[in-house]
Amino acid sequence: MSQALIRVENLTAFYGDAQALFGIDFELQAGETVAIIGANGAGKSSFLKSLTGLLRAPREAICFDGQPIGGLPPGHIVRQGLAMVPEGRRLFPSLSVQENLQMGGFARRPGPWTLARLFSMFPILDAKRHDPATSLSGGQQQMVAIGRALMSNPRVLLCDELSLGLAPIVIKEIYAAVPMFTSEGMSVVVVEQDVAVAQRVSQRVYCFQEGRVALHGRSDGLTREQISQAYFGL
Amino acid sequence: MTAQVIRSTRASQLALWVSIALVTLAASMPWWAESSWMREFVEIACYFIFAMMWNLLAGYGGMVSIGQQAFFGLGGYLMLMLGNFAGVNPFVAIPLAALAAAAIAVPVSWVAFRLQGGYFAIGTWVIAEVFRLSFANMSLVGGGSGTSLTALRGIPKATRESLTFWTALLCVVASVALVYLFLRSKQGLALLAIRDNEIAAESQGIDVRRMKLAVYVVAAFGGGLAGALYFVGNLRISPDAAFSVNWTAFAIFMVIIGGIGRIEGPIIGALIFWALNKFFSDYGTWYLLGLGLIAIAVTIFFKQGLWGWAQHKLGWSLFPTHRHLSN
Amino acid sequence: MIETLLQGLLLGGLYCLFALGQSLMFGVMRLTNTAQGDFIVLASYGAITASTLFAVSPTVAGLILVPIAFVFGYGLQRFVLSGTVGPDPLPSLVVTFGLSIVIQNALLELFSADPRAIESGGLATQSIVLPGGLALGALPLLIFAAAVVCTAALQWLFGRTALGRAFRAVSDDREIAELMGLDSRRIFALATAIAFTVIALAGLFQGLRTTVSPADGPRLLLFAFEAVIIGGMGSFWGTFVGAMVLGLTQQVGFRIDPGWGIWFGHMVFLAVLVVRPQGLFPKTRG
Repeated sequence: MSQALIRVENLTAFYGDAQALFGIDFELQAGETVAIIGANGAGKSSFLKSLTGLLRAPREAICFDGQPIGGLPPGHIVRQGLAMVPEGRRLFPSLSVQENLQMGGFARRPGPWTLARLFSMFPILDAKRHDPATSLSGGQQQMVAIGRALMSNPRVLLCDELSLGLAPIVIKEIYAAVPMFTSEGMSVVVVEQDVAVAQRVSQRVYCFQEGRVALHGRSDGLTREQISQAYFGL
Repeated sequence: MTAQVIRSTRASQLALWVSIALVTLAASMPWWAESSWMREFVEIACYFIFAMMWNLLAGYGGMVSIGQQAFFGLGGYLMLMLGNFAGVNPFVAIPLAALAAAAIAVPVSWVAFRLQGGYFAIGTWVIAEVFRLSFANMSLVGGGSGTSLTALRGIPKATRESLTFWTALLCVVASVALVYLFLRSKQGLALLAIRDNEIAAESQGIDVRRMKLAVYVVAAFGGGLAGALYFVGNLRISPDAAFSVNWTAFAIFMVIIGGIGRIEGPIIGALIFWALNKFFSDYGTWYLLGLGLIAIAVTIFFKQGLWGWAQHKLGWSLFPTHRHLSN
Repeated sequence: MIETLLQGLLLGGLYCLFALGQSLMFGVMRLTNTAQGDFIVLASYGAITASTLFAVSPTVAGLILVPIAFVFGYGLQRFVLSGTVGPDPLPSLVVTFGLSIVIQNALLELFSADPRAIESGGLATQSIVLPGGLALGALPLLIFAAAVVCTAALQWLFGRTALGRAFRAVSDDREIAELMGLDSRRIFALATAIAFTVIALAGLFQGLRTTVSPADGPRLLLFAFEAVIIGGMGSFWGTFVGAMVLGLTQQVGFRIDPGWGIWFGHMVFLAVLVVRPQGLFPKTRG
């Protein structure tokens, strides 16, 4: 069995005195798309924050390509090849579309993703490249957020609730783009509240519940009942 | 299993009795203490009341101001004008001046509340400067060089000093009681809620703007009280003394050392400040420089002030505005 | 009358230099530097010391001072102020206020309260005669030109360079900027360093133009602050315009009655605050 690209063992994390994660085990193989589902407050975003260094974690708990990276500063982790599309997009309001994308390329790694490539993939962004990023529609902003993460040419792309606040047809369009990245060998972790979407785009699914992994397995192998039980902790 | 909400701890009950004893002892001072002690007390009382009010404003109201000296000076000048020109007994004029300062705080807030955070702080300083310059151009009260409180001329010195002392003592007790009761009340709870999370508090129906105005007015009252009291003791007023930013600087120092947001903080801070003053104020600029460095160091390393740090480490609380659960 | 207006504008140039550093630090870090004026005075004294100790001209004094100020500002942010950046305005306020007191008293000890000035070698008395017979001081014109150059430079830095992008990103969303790989502490330190180079220039010009004394700081701070507020936060040209308005108002006020000059400036500031609290040219944030 090849070594996992991301291996997480017994990850615990705290916000001050409040514990958010209680011993998470997780694995991501190269080239995979893995989904994480769970209710609000289940710890999904906290998990991604731990991976990217925004939330303190024990050094050995998270290994990226065999290297322990827990608790390292976000800049270091981005340079290793782990990038995130944050929940709620969180584009920089004072920057234009192009400038937001350029910020993503701050910690650049060698790879195919450039401004030119992004603009040819998303022509609407090219048309609005000098507009303030937050003047775009929700779906367009999501594209900018994804593009911003891609600009660092990551090996792993973490997507936190891409569908948040978007119309179903827009969600479909965005997720239609996801396989385009994986076809290039990129691994993706998708955090979603929408279970159906999560199952459709991923090969494996983890279900979080109150800071723990309640269920995991192949996306096409889990039944609706299993998922409901794990989701709601029944 | 139900839990009870306890307010006071044994330490706080002990402190209450000790305080009552101290106040009674202090009240007897005019009969046995030297007049320099009483004058010192009056001065420290003014610093302390002013610091308490700054603490209320910043620690509980969430409004950091470098312009509270506006109300200190207003209190002083209004008391003097009432005493010299309206024939009011200056001791009676003290609370009247404080009330007037509180009233003036309302229109001032219409301007000051346009700003937030650090810029609110400097904005209040500008307003204090406007007051200073205005009074400095008023020949009625001596303009830039100031004037004297003539209304107390006829009273013998010993009587005047005793009266001033008792007034100061009364003002201190009243201020502490006022702030303490205010914070224990429903309004006080609302204030703590606002301090913890303004948006959440608003969604619970708390009128944040009105609460902030209330705190601002109360702090202005206290500031005016301190100012009026100070110049009754000092007998001479000038714009630079009345509206000096040093009043706020010392208040900040006392509160930071003692710990912001806790009632005990200003008391501890005032005591430390008095002690430092006693031993080091002769060193002039070095003393002030030292105070500045201490304030910087405490802010960076002891974020909760010395008392706050002790409270955190040891769980002490003398003035119980915290409610804790007991099972 | 025209002479008054022109002098007001030139005075505005100086106020602009006072205010740019403040605008920069607040824009990037939401940090209110209440010691702004005191640092300007400190720079003045630095220039005075340099010019007397090494018997150099003001220009050379300035050239020495600017890089020192850059390093000083960087260190100050990195080691003293960095813990105070955040949503709570109190720590930065107390620390900078403490610094203000430390600087004032240190200067008082070192230099006594007597006002001092920098030897300008005649620059302060030279004037340029415009067509129409109007004479304008060479120094005020130089200061005005410096203000225009600094404002334009800062605007260009923020709008067109990678560092400016970093400044704007970090001020928008520090956490996400760090996610992109930015070291926010270093960025903040750079911002403060740049702010201090402008402070150094302001100090140099203030010392050339007039006398300085240790207690001048707070007065200069209030001018800087008023310029920023009148002009509108978030824009350097806004600060420039705000400084012009302040300079004009004060100059007109002085003309009417010397005792009320500064008071007029304060009143205009308060009026702007009441009527248009976002300032004359606020930068709208998305």
